[in-house]
Amino acid sequence: MISGTLDGNLRHALYVLGENPVTAAAFALFLLFALLATFGPALVPYDPLASNTAQALNAPSISHWFGTDQLGRDIFSRVVVATRLDLGIAIAAVALAFSVGTLLGLIGGYWGGWADRIIGRIVDTIMAFPLFVLAMGIVAGLGNSVANIIYATAIINLPIYARLSRAEANIRCNAGFIEAARLCGNGEVRIALGQLFPNILPLMAVQVSLTLGYAILNAAGLSFIGLGVRPPTAEWGIMVAEGASNIVSGEWWVALFPGLVLMTAVFCFNLIGDGLRDIVDPVRRT
Amino acid sequence: MPVLRRLLIALPSVMGVIVVTFLLTRALPGDPAIYFAGPAATQQAIAEIRHAMGFDRSLPAQFVDYVRHLSRGDLGTSLTTGQPVLSELAARLPASAELTLTALVLSVGIALPLGIVAALRPGSPVDHVCRIITTAGVSLPTFFTGLLLVYLFYYLAGVAPAPLGRLDTFSTPPPHYSGFYLVDSLIAGDFVTFRAALGQLLLPSATMAIFSLAPLARITRASMLAALGSEFIRTARASGLGRRRVVCVYALRNALLPVITTLGMVFSFMLGANVLVEKVFAWPGLGSYAVDALIASDYAPVQGFVLAMALLYVMLNLMIDLIYCLLDPRVRLDA
Amino acid sequence: MAWPPPDSRMAPLLAVEDLLVEFHTRSGTVRALDGVSFDLRHGEMMALVGESGSGKSVTAYAILGILDTAARISGRVVFDGRELLSAGEKAMGAVRGSKLAIIFQNPRTALNPIRPIGKQIADVLARHGNVTAAQAQRLGVEMLAKVRIPDPKRRAAAYPFELSGGMCQRVMIAMALACEPALLIADEPTTGLDITTQAAIMGLIAELVASRNMAMLLITHDLALAAQYCNRIAVMHAGHLVELAPTRLLFATPRHPYTANLIAAAPGEGAGLDRLSAIPGTIPDLRRGDLPACRYSERCERVTPDCRTGPLLRLDTADGRRVACRHPL
Repeated sequence: MISGTLDGNLRHALYVLGENPVTAAAFALFLLFALLATFGPALVPYDPLASNTAQALNAPSISHWFGTDQLGRDIFSRVVVATRLDLGIAIAAVALAFSVGTLLGLIGGYWGGWADRIIGRIVDTIMAFPLFVLAMGIVAGLGNSVANIIYATAIINLPIYARLSRAEANIRCNAGFIEAARLCGNGEVRIALGQLFPNILPLMAVQVSLTLGYAILNAAGLSFIGLGVRPPTAEWGIMVAEGASNIVSGEWWVALFPGLVLMTAVFCFNLIGDGLRDIVDPVRRT
Repeated sequence: MPVLRRLLIALPSVMGVIVVTFLLTRALPGDPAIYFAGPAATQQAIAEIRHAMGFDRSLPAQFVDYVRHLSRGDLGTSLTTGQPVLSELAARLPASAELTLTALVLSVGIALPLGIVAALRPGSPVDHVCRIITTAGVSLPTFFTGLLLVYLFYYLAGVAPAPLGRLDTFSTPPPHYSGFYLVDSLIAGDFVTFRAALGQLLLPSATMAIFSLAPLARITRASMLAALGSEFIRTARASGLGRRRVVCVYALRNALLPVITTLGMVFSFMLGANVLVEKVFAWPGLGSYAVDALIASDYAPVQGFVLAMALLYVMLNLMIDLIYCLLDPRVRLDA
Repeated sequence: MAWPPPDSRMAPLLAVEDLLVEFHTRSGTVRALDGVSFDLRHGEMMALVGESGSGKSVTAYAILGILDTAARISGRVVFDGRELLSAGEKAMGAVRGSKLAIIFQNPRTALNPIRPIGKQIADVLARHGNVTAAQAQRLGVEMLAKVRIPDPKRRAAAYPFELSGGMCQRVMIAMALACEPALLIADEPTTGLDITTQAAIMGLIAELVASRNMAMLLITHDLALAAQYCNRIAVMHAGHLVELAPTRLLFATPRHPYTANLIAAAPGEGAGLDRLSAIPGTIPDLRRGDLPACRYSERCERVTPDCRTGPLLRLDTADGRRVACRHPL
């Protein structure tokens, strides 16, 4: 029975992908990013940190596909190597936001009462800040490190998960299958995690993809203004920041390539998110 | 009365914001006094600061102290400039406000017509343009778009001025009335300065507009489509009302309600994007003030900036709420 | 001057001839209406009866010209001496709401939720009458009084969400009748209302229509309701008009098997629930490529092979009846 529905879901997903070449392309792109993040450091032609001032600010060429920066480092190598760090920060942050946010939302939506009120107040307080500004404040407060970038990004994404899972749990907390589980003598915690959670999971999956894009943007933005990741580490946001001064003197490639790759990654996650929504929630298609 | 009730609803948010900004300072690892004293401070100075800021007292006592300072408008003093944070923020607010408002006008002015036309002609070229913009727009890192525009319009085309603040070096700022250079130069009748200020403003505000345009166009298209397909539009058409009245009065006014709600999210985006755009264009506003302070490890201005932005955002949301109440009779009675 | 009585020699107020409506969808072409013809005389009340999906509302929307732009429409709709299908959007706009008006079902969603009801009526008056905005507003309040909404002056400022469903339907009626139309189409006007409100609304519509000598086309799935208010009934099934007859004759001697089944399926006075019969099957999927000529043939007990293959026969009888069946009762 379960394998039957899984099979059906898979077939449905494949069908939707077939109908939606854009989503399929986004998935392929995602696979490429995953490969780069895993094997990138082994694949690149140059050491991403090795400077070579004799080759500084060379335009893109056969030997340096994306050109070199002001220290003569190969931009292509740096962009590829940065994939692991940028995706790592975003995935860690979203995983944290997803697990904590969903749990808080489940507790609030399923049990209600004072727990719900306290969680709601916390979520509202986070939402009272412009989110990027809050992230800045958190990193400035907790200290300037990559770990704190992850925490800050997780905190500003928390409300989305908490609110969504609270709403979904609240709708379902008296649904037939929950009552049935109760009658079978299951404990409340077991019901919440074993029955409720799997039911709201597909909707949350859509959010994961959409927030991944936002998390990448956010982390890159923070390092662009000098928070978190520090030079000479290769990271897309910093690389764009380092290339900013070269833009006005015409060396466009220093900022362009990291920026383009950053944009493509975000775009890819947004497209997957839209595609997943079509699979999970066909009614809400726009 | 409803206005009062909504003000009361906003109060907990303000409280939450104050508590969080307080905690953020006190959560600093190690001795916050060292942090506040700056990197070059002596032991003596740190001890003085510790006592002056009350870090040697209990957390609740510190919080009471913090709130008392806030109520006097005391946000502390910047280490790098030696000026009170509040007056520095106030001096830089007009620059940020002028930038953000121009960007808002630009993005609403493009997003609404685009979304409406896309909804009126689904499947048309305009609709496709709208879809591309809404999907691509949210994926653009603002700081990257800004640099791209600088390269295209300043370096290549040479039509835009250098991205170095609100005025080029040849112009002098207009006399101070509102702090908005566009308004002030017009009041002074100084059209040369007006043109110069406008030229400086165009690229940064376009950068912000491109980012905030996407969610607005997306929701406008979706809600306009929903409104046009609704039963009361069928009634209006069956009553022979003209197309203009059906579209502009019956459909559009209903479609605007979700758009106004979305403005809250857009403001959140814009206040954040402000920081990045101001850094790219060396814009002397609140955002670049905070970034400079961050780099110098000057904490009081950062804290003041976060608090000011959050309070501003709470106020903007309150305003959106009130406008929504004015437009939708259904929310006036309940709530 | 008395309005001339309904007379068959006079030109009808509305003549629908061979109306055909098709929608092109991704899963095939749907012929929602096929060869629908009927006419309606001045001051006459006629009903269009059928199950949901039979094409009643599509007929009404086609007459009004408010179908989706993707619809392909052919045939003739002559109203008050004017061909409507070939009339432009501008000319149709002048007819709709003034000479030809409609009341929809679900009045709460059929009214603009954020516009005061008085303004919505005034919008129609300002569009069609030569009146100023202030006059339109005053006439709107008068219309509210005519549909017996208490305290009309105050209620004119109300929004639909502040009124009950029955009140909203009265507002719809006021809107439809504001410009004294010659024909009122009532599309399931009591659907979605309380049972007790239904009778009051129907009574109000019938009374106002009769007192103004208007014609009415009542669209309903309720055969008893149609019989109560209308002199003639047209029965529709899957986009075909299967039978058209004066009410009394239709009930006394239904000719089409579907009509007979409908009458048998309706709960009547004195008939116990055990005597209710259901019509077998459902309306066929109109997207199908292999629809039989007679779309009722798959549910019909009198079916013969030529019902599916041969062209649909439409018989006009001497007593003013029409039946689309090869083997009428």
